Amino acid sequence: MVESLAMNIHFFKFASFLYLFGTLAYLSYIIFLKDTLSKIAVAVVSIGFAFHTLALLTRYVEAGYTPVTNLYESLSFFAWMIIGILLIASLKYKVKVLGSFLTPIALILMLFALALPKEIFPLAPVLKSFWHPFHVIFAFLGNAIFTFTFCCGVMYLIQEHQLKSKRIGAITKRLPPLNLLDDLSYQSLKFGFPLLTLGIITGAVWAEYAWGRYWNWDPKETWSLITWLLYAALLHQRLTVGWRGRKAAIMAIVGFLAVLFTFLGVNLILPGLHAYSNW
Amino acid sequence: MTELLVIGLNHKTASIDVRERLAFPEGGIERALSRVKSFPSLKENMILSTCNRVEIYAAARETEKAIHDLKEFFSQYHKISSKEFEKSLYTHVGEEAVRHIFRVASSLDSMVVGEPQILGQIKSAYNMAVESKTSGLILHRLLHRAFHVAKRVRTETKVGNSAVSVSFVAVELAKKIFGTLEKRTVLLIGAGEMSELAARHLVSGGIEKVLLTNRTYERAVELAQEFRGESIPFEEMNQGLKKVDIVISATDSTHYLIEHDQVAKVMKDRKQKPIFFIDIADPRDIEPKVGDIENVYLYNIDDLQKVANENIQDREKEARKAETIVQGEVVKFVNWYHSLEVTPTIIALREKFEAIRNRELGKILSLYPTLTEKEKQSLEAMTSAIINKILHGPLTLLKQTDEEAMSDLYLDALRTLFQVSEKTLGESDTEKEKED
Repeated sequence: MVESLAMNIHFFKFASFLYLFGTLAYLSYIIFLKDTLSKIAVAVVSIGFAFHTLALLTRYVEAGYTPVTNLYESLSFFAWMIIGILLIASLKYKVKVLGSFLTPIALILMLFALALPKEIFPLAPVLKSFWHPFHVIFAFLGNAIFTFTFCCGVMYLIQEHQLKSKRIGAITKRLPPLNLLDDLSYQSLKFGFPLLTLGIITGAVWAEYAWGRYWNWDPKETWSLITWLLYAALLHQRLTVGWRGRKAAIMAIVGFLAVLFTFLGVNLILPGLHAYSNW
Repeated sequence: MTELLVIGLNHKTASIDVRERLAFPEGGIERALSRVKSFPSLKENMILSTCNRVEIYAAARETEKAIHDLKEFFSQYHKISSKEFEKSLYTHVGEEAVRHIFRVASSLDSMVVGEPQILGQIKSAYNMAVESKTSGLILHRLLHRAFHVAKRVRTETKVGNSAVSVSFVAVELAKKIFGTLEKRTVLLIGAGEMSELAARHLVSGGIEKVLLTNRTYERAVELAQEFRGESIPFEEMNQGLKKVDIVISATDSTHYLIEHDQVAKVMKDRKQKPIFFIDIADPRDIEPKVGDIENVYLYNIDDLQKVANENIQDREKEARKAETIVQGEVVKFVNWYHSLEVTPTIIALREKFEAIRNRELGKILSLYPTLTEKEKQSLEAMTSAIINKILHGPLTLLKQTDEEAMSDLYLDALRTLFQVSEKTLGESDTEKEKED
């Protein structure tokens, strides 16, 4: 047990190390715009992702449950999804600078996780549920996609500001065209929103099994509802009024702040049913 | 000793008229190359003929004579009196000729500095010279170095990365707003040289459809034919604004044609689809406040000019970097070129052999410390004799070869085979200077 526990941690640390290099390569790419750098970045991050996947698998085997039960595991899983989405997006779109925004976020999550206790504990009874892994996987997949949406929003606002203020230079050149950013933001929203919805529904079903009630109004539930409403509003405005560009970008950023607060803020500040362990 | 030279004219020295009259049509270059080759005053040549420059590169046996012959050739071949073009001609010899082709290949001498086509044009000029067998060792080396320099300039500097004309800036901006220009529509309001130029750039940038409107409808129809576009009556401009992505306005109207409230309303109908206004008119056609509306981007001619100017400054900075690269490469080439001279090569070769001999002899002598003085002297004499005998044949041949082309070839081969590098030759040159 001890040996294998060491294995998944080793894999995790090695993945973090590679993400660090990948992040540096992506940041150098956005500065120097050399294609070689972006190729190195993709290669290093892909290898990091492979080791990260190994870390999750070994932990799954060793723990005997889907490793998404405490903050360390959730952060790791969150970062894994973000990198996964980045790699998929890199295959599909030629927007290399996305990595320069997404990898630092994943890296911060990894470093945060590294600082946390990583031991495998027997599963708390309340988490022993068919529904719990689905709830967490959907929720985090949604969160990871919203991280992507958030990055598109940030890039959009910067690029739009440059174009509006007629400062055409190094920054304009490095960021993708506005319509591509807006498009990516919209597409990702269309994927992220149903996943968040599924995450909340499976969570409610699990809550019914665990606590006998679908909805308990504990802080995490309340905040995820707020998050859901924000994204629902954004999607609605996009679909009907033709919201786009600046407003949509700002809303995507606000939504992501709500995601972060639901995920981290609630755990750290507002105690409730979701606090199964100190971490 | 042969000398490199280039003679020709370009967009800076000659009017398009003269350039056109001296240009070599692609089909005729082969014939021209062999005509030039028949002059005894030069032994290698290459002709570069583009719409911006006409140049003959040559390795000359007698420089003065070759320059004269080439001028005559221009005049006879194109049946044009030399008075008509002589003032436009420039001649570079030796190091200056090397620098010239390196700068041309790196697009530092182009009308639009950094434009990439020139390298391809030089490559095909070189290929034609190779096929016609008018290029030899010197031009081969020169051109390969020129390609190398061009590559270095392209990868190590940002010359040629930025848009420096107003129309080009407009296209670049449109791409930053819309991504690709495919399936986009542009509306031209008013006819004028600038707006037509901008529209032409957009069309070549991939714009799918051009709409035109003008106060005099006939002119709009006329222009529409030219762009294979569609003309709309001036009164229906608002309808046009709802459909198009880019608007170029260039009328001589004295008041605003397009105002804030009008565009704000249009944007609602467009469901906020972004629109890019380019106001080329003076006085302005579009109220500046229009640019404050969300998803509306408004640039006037001065804004575009400002971006273009900044790009020009950037490029000049990069061009200076490129000149440094060129300078370094010119020095390298000139060193190699000098190494083709017979005497320094012989000296260098002898020095190299002598060094080997001393090293090996030293080893033997230290292995057998008991050797008598006489035995040592015999060894010395024997090794010296071996080297002299080995070198005798090749060196005699080198000194006696009258055919320069052969001697160049031999020298180059000798240097490569025995790895007598250009650098060691250069160093021995400077040492000699010190001794002097």
